[in-house]
Amino acid sequence: MSLDLKYTYTEKKDTRSGFGDGFLEAGRRNPNVVGLCADLIGSLKMGDFQKEFPDRFFQTGIAEANMIGLAAGMALGGKIPFAGTFANFATGRVYDQIRQSVAYSDKNVKICASHAGLTLGEDGATHQILEDLGMMKMLPHMTVINPCDYNQTKAATLAIAEHEGPVYLRFGRPSWPIFTPANQKFEIGKAWKMIDGKDLTLFATGHLVWEAVVAEAMLREEGIHAEVINIHTIKPLDTEAILESVQKTGCAVSAEEHQLHGGLGDSIAQTLIRHYPAPLEYVGVNDSFGESGTPTQLLEKYGLNAENIVKAAKRALARK
Amino acid sequence: MKKLSLPELQKICSQLRRDVLRMVHAVQSGHPGAPLGCAEFFVALYFDQLHHNPDFQMNGKGEDLFFLSNGHLSAGWYSVLARSGYFPVAELKTFRKLNSRLQGHPATHEHLPGIRIASGSLGQGLSVALGAAQAKKIDQDKSLVYVLMGDGELQEGQVWEAAMYAAHYGMDHVIATVDYNGQQIDGPTEKVMDLKNLKAKWEAFGWEVIETKEGNDLASVIAGLEKAKSLTGKGKPILNLLYTEMGYGVDFMVGTHKWHGSPPNDEQLALALGQLEETLGDY
Ligand SMILES: Cc1ncc(C[n+]2csc(CCOP(=O)(O)OP(=O)(O)O)c2C)c(N)n1
Repeated sequence: MSLDLKYTYTEKKDTRSGFGDGFLEAGRRNPNVVGLCADLIGSLKMGDFQKEFPDRFFQTGIAEANMIGLAAGMALGGKIPFAGTFANFATGRVYDQIRQSVAYSDKNVKICASHAGLTLGEDGATHQILEDLGMMKMLPHMTVINPCDYNQTKAATLAIAEHEGPVYLRFGRPSWPIFTPANQKFEIGKAWKMIDGKDLTLFATGHLVWEAVVAEAMLREEGIHAEVINIHTIKPLDTEAILESVQKTGCAVSAEEHQLHGGLGDSIAQTLIRHYPAPLEYVGVNDSFGESGTPTQLLEKYGLNAENIVKAAKRALARK
Repeated sequence: MKKLSLPELQKICSQLRRDVLRMVHAVQSGHPGAPLGCAEFFVALYFDQLHHNPDFQMNGKGEDLFFLSNGHLSAGWYSVLARSGYFPVAELKTFRKLNSRLQGHPATHEHLPGIRIASGSLGQGLSVALGAAQAKKIDQDKSLVYVLMGDGELQEGQVWEAAMYAAHYGMDHVIATVDYNGQQIDGPTEKVMDLKNLKAKWEAFGWEVIETKEGNDLASVIAGLEKAKSLTGKGKPILNLLYTEMGYGVDFMVGTHKWHGSPPNDEQLALALGQLEETLGDY
């Protein structure tokens, strides 16, 4: 039996390709855009930019700390550096460099982090960072963005090139439904209400926005009308949109490919607790590392798919 | 700008040392040792070598840039910046105090003219300097980029990542100086973590290395920086091994790590200032 989905797709693609294509386009639009990568040009899809703008692209070798410092230096010289590597090496490995040379020094550096979360798959827990959003959102001055599909990632990449200030842009490896429109306008810090509802709100980010869209259809079959809000910007968080929705629906679920500690759910909880206490259930990884497997298997095992969003929704509704 | 004579520059060194001691004494915190040892370097750089503009522009287009990677030398850097016109000398008295632009370690956050990046967490400055140098290269800006690092700081792995990068990309408009005082917090570098043959290390990384053996002799420091400048534009980044003495200029402070991060008390300050002529007026 097929679900009556409010958003559908005809094609799947990885969000990192959205980044790569957006990066190339940003480079065409603005000669100050430059790129750096620590021996992962193919994985990050930065090769087209490198080919077209060889003089504005710098292979740093496997030296992420140096890459962050280089990017900060290029930024102070007026460039708009996009520094790319896997999300694990773009955050945990270089936290102090980002903290001092980028965030505290207020440098216009774009940290571009691919292969985030469990959906990296078979490489396993060494590479599956699930703490990056938390680390990055704690840094003063840092904008944190986690788009949901190819189109949104491309739009986000173009938007951050025009935004002045440090940005963490998180994307992933797996082939994923493209369900948002091409050439969409990406507004940093503005949540996107994708589906109207009245019974509860599903707040989702990254790959799990698609799972929330599926969960909405599943809930609707049972007569439950969920609102779906795409939180592509974790920071600054659109607290207005969050409160407006929960004031209407009375309860919520957060869904993310990240640890519960320090993720989107925590940011939403902080907003609700201060302004409008309401039941909130979390979908995310509960204080554990990941492991090897296919993306779908891992999302299922760790409870990060539509079925689990539906279960969380029912828990939230029961607490209303 | 008219070149200052050696005696004139020497006077600035003496004043810089007084500034440093008075600054760390006033707040009973900070790092006097290394900036005392680098006084000649700071003065030679800012008053003789750099083509710079005290009407500060963050992007530094068309001028030479300096980055202080060993940010704990802040007192010395602030003094030379103030004395060369970046901000009022009187502001030195706010060093390390609440609401000051002169943070314990250098920061851009409070918009202090002359500072382009925060430092304090060691090991990052060479990377930043190379990034700024790369931006200059893209813009075909021929001016030079200088950076100062501590010798203990070279124990950080990031320095060697940067060293590799600089040689690979032929960053021959970069002059890195190492404050080779042989000291760090817990003792002599030899004991803490021996750096062994630094010259050979940097050469093996593809750098052109010069040695300034008399790092507390102003004429030698200037000659070293002149030599370094003459070697730019030849395909290799340049490393200046600057042999200094920590605590130089004050007889009971010189040559020991004890004054790395300890301020003098009232009595010690008076003794120290007695050995350093007030030449430009204390702040
Ligand atoms: C990453 C990092 N680790 C540790 C410190 C603490 N620290 C400050 S200065 C210093 C010693 C530095 O030695 P050196 O570079 O030789 O400087 P000098 O002792 O000559 O002032 C240390 C360990 C730091 N600032 N940053």
